[in-house]
Amino acid sequence: MPSVMLRKREDGKLIFYVAKKDLEETIESIEFDSPDKWGGEVVLGDGSKYAFEILDAPPKIPLTLQAKRL
Amino acid sequence: MAAMTREETEALIQEVLEVYPEKAKKDRAKHLAVNDSSLEKANKCITSNRKSLPGVMTVRGCAYAGSKGVVWGPIKDMIHISHGPVGCGQYSRAGRRNYYVGTTGVNAFGTMNFTSDFKENDIVFGGDKKLSKIMLEIEQLFPLNKGISIQSECPIGLIGDDIEAVAKKAAKETGKPVVPVRCEGFRGVSQSLGHHIANDAIRDWVLENRDGDDSFQTTPYDVAVIGDYNIGGDAWASRTLLEEMGLRVVAQWSGDGTIAEIEKTPKVKLNLIHCYRSMNYIARHMEEKYSIPWIEYNFFGPTKIAESLRKIAALFDEKIQAGAERVIARYTAEYEAVIAKYKPRLEGKRVMLYIGGLRPRHVIGAYEDLGMEVVGTGYEFGHNDDYDRTIKEMGNATLLYDDVTGYEFEEFVKRVQPDLIGSGIKEKYIFQKMGVPFRQMHSWDYSGPYHGYDGFAIFARDMDMTINNPCWKNIKAPWKNQVANDEALKAVA
Repeated sequence: MPSVMLRKREDGKLIFYVAKKDLEETIESIEFDSPDKWGGEVVLGDGSKYAFEILDAPPKIPLTLQAKRL
Repeated sequence: MAAMTREETEALIQEVLEVYPEKAKKDRAKHLAVNDSSLEKANKCITSNRKSLPGVMTVRGCAYAGSKGVVWGPIKDMIHISHGPVGCGQYSRAGRRNYYVGTTGVNAFGTMNFTSDFKENDIVFGGDKKLSKIMLEIEQLFPLNKGISIQSECPIGLIGDDIEAVAKKAAKETGKPVVPVRCEGFRGVSQSLGHHIANDAIRDWVLENRDGDDSFQTTPYDVAVIGDYNIGGDAWASRTLLEEMGLRVVAQWSGDGTIAEIEKTPKVKLNLIHCYRSMNYIARHMEEKYSIPWIEYNFFGPTKIAESLRKIAALFDEKIQAGAERVIARYTAEYEAVIAKYKPRLEGKRVMLYIGGLRPRHVIGAYEDLGMEVVGTGYEFGHNDDYDRTIKEMGNATLLYDDVTGYEFEEFVKRVQPDLIGSGIKEKYIFQKMGVPFRQMHSWDYSGPYHGYDGFAIFARDMDMTINNPCWKNIKAPWKNQVANDEALKAVA
């Protein structure tokens, strides 16, 4: 379960950053992204997949979250 | 020598790798690459931040070097104890030329070496008592210190001393921040982990100190300069530009910086990151916790300075944007004169770099402003994200080398034959004896500053002074030159 820091890039894309793994990738798609449901499976720019816990509302970015590697 | 094609560069890498045993060859091949600027991500072509191979010559430092030497050391009004045997602190003392204003030994302690001077006895029975005693002595001898940091050397981790407990006790007694830093040298593969540990220590022990205290008067134009270590006065040359465009620089991390500035940083409006490698961790943390945005900037060479000033100004109102244009206009005549003077002497010269931190990519623009070309670059301890940023700056088919070994670097230089090498003291004399002009790009070869418009003039002068130095013509013994001359005469006849 790596700690992932999420932040918005200037062009509005979400950046998925894991300091310990030197991983800095854009998030290409996210399973749930609506005002009442956020999270689930995310696909990164390099094709790898992670999963966040499903939240009731979109979180305030930047934020550190736990993600599971799929 | 003309520029090398992609195939030639690839062949060169293969040829250099030839001497290694099979396993080492496989490992090293991942760290050497030919640049392809069309790539978006560097991890497709180069591997970085891995353990160096046993038996090869690496110039990397340790975690203690990253924490004490780079991040904490320049904070001038704190006392940084090198906790452990005397050598680590003594041999690195004042080596990094982080300039500061203050009276050394009274209210500033940058160039002094404080150590707990471990002996066998302390290893056997533990050094915590000694450390507590040192804290009291420091308070008596240097009452104007504003805090203490404990920088662990390898033995502290090995014997498992509880420096956190000592720090907490001492902080209570003195009322000043005492920061234990677990930067034992053996941690990690290079100094890079030391930067991270140091950033985490600032985050955990210092940054929150003024949360909830709003007595500090803020303005909408407050910024912090992060990752500028004031080598030869760099941070001062950067700071003047920012202040001239109307910003207020609240904190300098950490060159000529103080603990008070660091505590005030959560109140600023924007963090400006120069050395991304060593300070991005704390910038990301502040973005998350205090919603302070951060951007990277580059103050090497007029092209990049103008670009960066405009980028910074774009995040503020018109007043600052006009200020940025004013600053650029004010210095235009100055830097154009520098370029007019040195470009004819330096045009077309080829440079190879092998440095750490931000410089392998940041100084490229400055060389290009002088009409020079960077044909090879590499990081001692860079990570993937550093190379991501580098491949866009470098020309196609140029060499990239990560944690290059002494042998590889020498072979590359023999074949590529650059007109100048920019690297550190450990490489300097090898290449000078080979007859290649060399500049130390860690410490600016005891010159500097190189940041900002003022620094660019010094940078250009230094490069000219090195490359066009008449001594390079006299490297070869005269009788050997004679043979070459005779042959040339024969060829003419």
